[in-house]
Amino acid sequence: MEQKKMAIIATKGSLDWGYPPFILGSTAAALGYEVEIFFTFYGLQLLKKDLNHLRVTPLGNPGMPMPGGMEKWMPVLVTALPGMEAMMTSMMKKQMKAKGVASLEELRELSQEADVRFIACNMTVELFDMQPSDFIDGIELAGAARFFEFAGDSDICMYI
Amino acid sequence: MADFDEELDASGLNCPLPILRAKKALAALDSGKVLHIIATDPGSVKDFEAFSKQTGNELLESKEEGGKFHFLIKKA
Repeated sequence: MEQKKMAIIATKGSLDWGYPPFILGSTAAALGYEVEIFFTFYGLQLLKKDLNHLRVTPLGNPGMPMPGGMEKWMPVLVTALPGMEAMMTSMMKKQMKAKGVASLEELRELSQEADVRFIACNMTVELFDMQPSDFIDGIELAGAARFFEFAGDSDICMYI
Repeated sequence: MADFDEELDASGLNCPLPILRAKKALAALDSGKVLHIIATDPGSVKDFEAFSKQTGNELLESKEEGGKFHFLIKKA
């Protein structure tokens, strides 16, 4: 049987949305899939060596559960106050640790160990004046056509 | 619990870590050897069934005991 393929486009650069590409990528690889993840726009943040800058924000996110059900009564403007983002990020990280959820760094490392290939969108790297030297090792810089070369033959293709 | 060759304690770990650790542990085993996995994530029951079906490594046993989930997987 020919090896199945999964192609993912990762476009989000927040702590919460950084998870799906790495969870699905590493799991698919464990199941025997060949996997490529194409990082573009804000998704490029997920390739930086240090991921401590990633945040989760309650602002404009009505689906985010908050401690004690606060999201049910807290005015939206309060979630915009200085320090809210940092506080929610730290609470989220604590909760993840308590629940045995892997860190993004760990899932990213496990993905690479399992031969998941990471491609950084060249155009957005230049657009944002990002330095490829800020990225982890093993990243390929390429464009949209390179993505289709793999995605065109994929069994699963998703945009995150 | 039947005999096994290696044991992996994935207690306290959440999705997808038990599967990823199991995959790694199986990779180190010879064909026919049996891996015993202990997990606390209730989702791991369905996940190991799915893992076994898709990778061809047979799930010999799956049971809950003392609040933990135990799996025996035979390396294909």
